[in-house]
Amino acid sequence: MTWFTKFVSSSLGRKLLMALTGIFLVLFLAVHLAGNLQLLKNDNGHAFNVYAEFMSTNTIIQLVSKGNFAFILLHVFIALFLTIKNRQARGGERYAVTSSKSSIWASRNMGILGTLILIFLVVHLKDFWAQMHYGGVATVNYDGKEVRDLAALVGEWFDKGWYVGLYVFCMGALAFHLWHGFESAFQTLGLNHLKYNAVISFVGRAFAIVVPVLFALIPIAMYFDLKL
Amino acid sequence: MKVTLKIWRQKGPNEKGGFKTYQHDHVSPDMSFLEMLDVLNTNLIKKGEEPVHFDHDCREGICGMCSLYINGHPHGPLQTTTCQLHMRSFKDGETITIEPWRARAFPIIKDLVVDRTAFDRIQQAGGYISVNTGGVPDANEIPIPKKVADEAFDAATCIGCGACVAACKNASAMLFVSAKVSQFALLPQGKPERKERVQKMVAQMDAEGFGACTNTKACEAECPKGISVTNIARLNREYYSASISSYEWQVGGGGE
Repeated sequence: MTWFTKFVSSSLGRKLLMALTGIFLVLFLAVHLAGNLQLLKNDNGHAFNVYAEFMSTNTIIQLVSKGNFAFILLHVFIALFLTIKNRQARGGERYAVTSSKSSIWASRNMGILGTLILIFLVVHLKDFWAQMHYGGVATVNYDGKEVRDLAALVGEWFDKGWYVGLYVFCMGALAFHLWHGFESAFQTLGLNHLKYNAVISFVGRAFAIVVPVLFALIPIAMYFDLKL
Repeated sequence: MKVTLKIWRQKGPNEKGGFKTYQHDHVSPDMSFLEMLDVLNTNLIKKGEEPVHFDHDCREGICGMCSLYINGHPHGPLQTTTCQLHMRSFKDGETITIEPWRARAFPIIKDLVVDRTAFDRIQQAGGYISVNTGGVPDANEIPIPKKVADEAFDAATCIGCGACVAACKNASAMLFVSAKVSQFALLPQGKPERKERVQKMVAQMDAEGFGACTNTKACEAECPKGISVTNIARLNREYYSASISSYEWQVGGGGE
């Protein structure tokens, strides 16, 4: 097993872990978005509540969710470790003049964008996930079945203008993070080929725009009471 | 033309350095950047001052010896080596800031001269192939597709100047290492040491204290030889597959 520890402690091994956890989190975002979009249905939160109840009680989903938390932590810790290493690599003296022409802004600021997303995640988990799992969410009765009314809780938060603003701002950070991260993950995995580069790049950029925009539209729609 | 030069001066590896400003009034737009510095140094010597130390050798853009971080770009504003950069690329009266490559793995020796032997040690770790002695083999004995040969040659054009490290915000040497791994990984001649090579070179790269790649692609944009980051993806592939499938090699003799 020495080869394995050597592998994951090498710079390339750590990059691989960043890419793999990143891609898992991209998939998670897609699933999360599909669930959230049910909030826009004009059914008093019925579909969303049934979905949320299922997601917070199903054994397999709970297992995947544990993995998801582990991957988030892994992604954060390796990023922190690599960033420290990378800053040390520059040496004590930094350049007096630097140019930003040779790379895109998002690619140079993944750490700042990631930190913003992490702060958002903590707030987000505290207000919704922790309430659902450990807090007292009022229940509603659907055909004799008691279901926690998460939709009502979400609605309460999204009536606050500053909260909607914070949400939209953080989705902006997510968009920039994905703009570089999606494509970058494939490059790190070694999946770089002239035949497919354009497709990967297009899908990555489309994902980076469409997903955060849809996420951000939900609180905006709820703030203005717009329903489908 | 006239230019103002802000040049990093540092007496030795452990001395504290700083910028010194020089007014240079006798610059021709036809001069190469290094010739401009030669004239500056001649004037400094005449005045009895210490000339500015900088690396240079062939001045033909093929040896990889010249360096200099000029106005925020390794090798200056054009995608060439500093020796192939001419003063016509600058404006009359411009202030030009000249810094050494900055990386922990490239310690400053003096002024603008840095120690790039870290690259040599990475090459020594695995950047070679085994060739049998004996009669001269036929040049085309092993068929290699043109496209593959071209790709290997493109990687082999790396002159090891270190501009990739200088340009990278993480001072990562991955463009260099990936070019040196690719030029052999693509060809049948590189096959015997293929797995061992990438593992040893990456291990040496990490030991030298270079950073990790974050795919900003600044290296590709600044590389005077236009080495592509496709090579970094290949380096990643080579490293993963080698780590998973290679035998664990040990240092030391066998048998006894």
